[in-house]
Amino acid sequence: MKRFLAISMAAVMLFGLCSCNKDKDTDEAAESSAVSEESAADKSEGVMDHAEYVAADLDSEVVIEAYVQDTQSWWNDQITVYLQDQDGAYFAYNMACSEEDAALLVPGQLIKVTGYKSEWSGEVEIIDATFEIEDGNWIATPADVTDLLGTADLDAHQNELVSFKDLTIEPSIDADGNEVAFLYNWDGSGAEGTDSDLYFNASVNGQTYTFVIEYYLRNETSDAYQAVQGLNIGDTVDLEGFLYWYEGAQPHITSVTVK
Amino acid sequence: MKHFIRKILSISLVLSVVLATSCHGSRKTAAFDIPDSFDDSRNIEITFWAKNDTNITQTRIYEKAISDFEELYPNINVNLRLYTDYGKIYNDVITNIATDTTPNVCITYPDHIATYMTGNNVVVPLDTLFEDPEYGLGGTELRYDSPSIDQVIPEYLDECMIDGVHYAIPFMRSTEACYVNKTYVEALGYELPEVLTWDFVWEVSEAAMAKNPDGTFAINGQMTMIPFIYKSTDNMMIQMLRQKGAGYSTEEGSVEIFNDTTAELLKTVASHAETGAFSTFKISSYPANFLNAGQCIFAVDSTAGATWMGTDAPLTDISADKLVQFETEVMTVPQFDPENPQMISQGPSICIFNKEDPQVVLASWLFAQYLITNEVQIAYAETEGYVPVTSMAREDEDYIDYLNREGEDNSLYYSIKIQASKLLIENTSNTFVTPVFNGSTSLRDAAGYMIENVTKSVRRHITVDDAYIEQLYSDTSSLYRLDRMVGGDLGPLPGASKALLTTLAVVWAGIGAYFVYDRMKKKKQ
Repeated sequence: MKRFLAISMAAVMLFGLCSCNKDKDTDEAAESSAVSEESAADKSEGVMDHAEYVAADLDSEVVIEAYVQDTQSWWNDQITVYLQDQDGAYFAYNMACSEEDAALLVPGQLIKVTGYKSEWSGEVEIIDATFEIEDGNWIATPADVTDLLGTADLDAHQNELVSFKDLTIEPSIDADGNEVAFLYNWDGSGAEGTDSDLYFNASVNGQTYTFVIEYYLRNETSDAYQAVQGLNIGDTVDLEGFLYWYEGAQPHITSVTVK
Repeated sequence: MKHFIRKILSISLVLSVVLATSCHGSRKTAAFDIPDSFDDSRNIEITFWAKNDTNITQTRIYEKAISDFEELYPNINVNLRLYTDYGKIYNDVITNIATDTTPNVCITYPDHIATYMTGNNVVVPLDTLFEDPEYGLGGTELRYDSPSIDQVIPEYLDECMIDGVHYAIPFMRSTEACYVNKTYVEALGYELPEVLTWDFVWEVSEAAMAKNPDGTFAINGQMTMIPFIYKSTDNMMIQMLRQKGAGYSTEEGSVEIFNDTTAELLKTVASHAETGAFSTFKISSYPANFLNAGQCIFAVDSTAGATWMGTDAPLTDISADKLVQFETEVMTVPQFDPENPQMISQGPSICIFNKEDPQVVLASWLFAQYLITNEVQIAYAETEGYVPVTSMAREDEDYIDYLNREGEDNSLYYSIKIQASKLLIENTSNTFVTPVFNGSTSLRDAAGYMIENVTKSVRRHITVDDAYIEQLYSDTSSLYRLDRMVGGDLGPLPGASKALLTTLAVVWAGIGAYFVYDRMKKKKQ
């Protein structure tokens, strides 16, 4: 009987170990299969140039190489990146990214991005994307698009690092009907010390346009945010930023110079 | 203008995971006991974390409520911190539980409270406070007119209950509405039914996809037309399952969403997304932008977003030259059984966080209760398609007058906004909420994720079939950690496990038998 018990216990342990190993083998096989399929997909796609990217259909897979120009705050294993190469710009929205890898996405860094081309309220972007770090470094020079404001040609520069020269700060109207130089959030519903974007109006050639300090791109510790907080109606400013689109041009400003 | 909401949509996914570890370091606070009387001889500082819909009027209402309350209770100072997203509040509360720096009063959702309660005595149970004759609802010692417990809409009060205990009071309620371009529906040869059905919406949406030879859509003459856009796809799935009587979760937190009905619904959604007749906010943009530009026929969004809906909407993100004139009909969300309409109840509630000093907690309760007085309730409800949570406010002549003045102007009395409020008032008994448990927020996110995923997939020419659904279920369960949820249904045991347990039982039976045999043998000797 003792021998029976010993054999039985051993059999149980062996059975248990086999069961565990079987599950582990299955998991590893699944992972291996997934990795090889992913690699194959990557290899089957070439890297597009900007013209090919522009021509690509919405919802199609795109593979591009471009240089990081700036990033929004990393969050929840995702990061939004402003990208550009010598031919044009790209906007990678909520790209999968670990916190460690986010530290590598410094301005100038070349990366290869694989994702899907999408459009959200006029903003053409790459979503559900992953990226690889590559060798290469380049920083774009802001294109002066002041004269293109209000024209159909501005769209061709979407997402690019651009500049606007000699604009005049125009009043925004706060909730109490007062004229102010900027608002916390689009209607003034935000407040200092919260995660509020800043909205301000500026004019050139008799037309007024709205500009935004995107909090997750330039927060309250940045020069740009603080410069807007210090604006006065009538100030003349030069602006730099990325030509983001939301139902029309809505530049994400990164630099404000009061003249 | 309101586009920034998009950037914080993904916050909630990570939060349940964060909390799983963050509560371990929190200090234990003693359960709250109501003091005999409120001490107004010393100053008390409380913080109030509130949410507004990036709506400055709502901000002003909070500020006025605080100012009026402080006049009544000069020794209480209320510090307001404003948020524009519930997920961000949730995240910050979780972070602050660990350091015992939670706010005193917080606008929140019961789903979130269930997670906060993972800590010890973090959230104050309110039943005893409700019934306190002096400081409770309608209490004699209050310095304002508070509703009695019977005057809080019972359905909404029930929504604040977790495991039989009230941990919140309702603040505002809304539901979803379908904002319909009636002009286009009729131009397509259809007549709107009394209650919108899913079949009707899908049929009209497909009919609207007809194109002219030049590639424009026949119905609007434009290059863009997405007939059916849903803002909150988690609500979409939850309501569909409820209307079908299919599983979502049990009250205890067992996950039931991965079932055949869900698969059938996902395939239906996919088939209409494939033709371009259906899309979502996350994929395309705000339903209001498309509706108002004549590029959408059925726009489902919260009644609390009604001020953005329609040709004459007081708020808009699109330029005037894109606005199209049409007649808007505010209807309940599509139904499978129009005889028994069912729709989600949503909207913020108020919870109170426990503190060492009972006087501080009592001060928090006094302020929280002040937020459901008529003045605050009516003023806030008028900012959007919300409704007050008390019959006291609903029956107030000022509120009745407000409802009766529907359409007088395109601001305070904007017709679509008031119609949205009326829709909810008329359907209060047809609303429901999903079970609340630690992890219910993740399950809600998962419900929406699956609709977003099938929609994206078919747009990318990926086939949505049984194999796809099976993989989606697995991926979703893993991504939202539904497979690790306490109370979650783990399903039947695998064969190997059953065999192992059977073998163990046999071995233990053998041990027992040997023990008995050995004892009997010794006795005989």
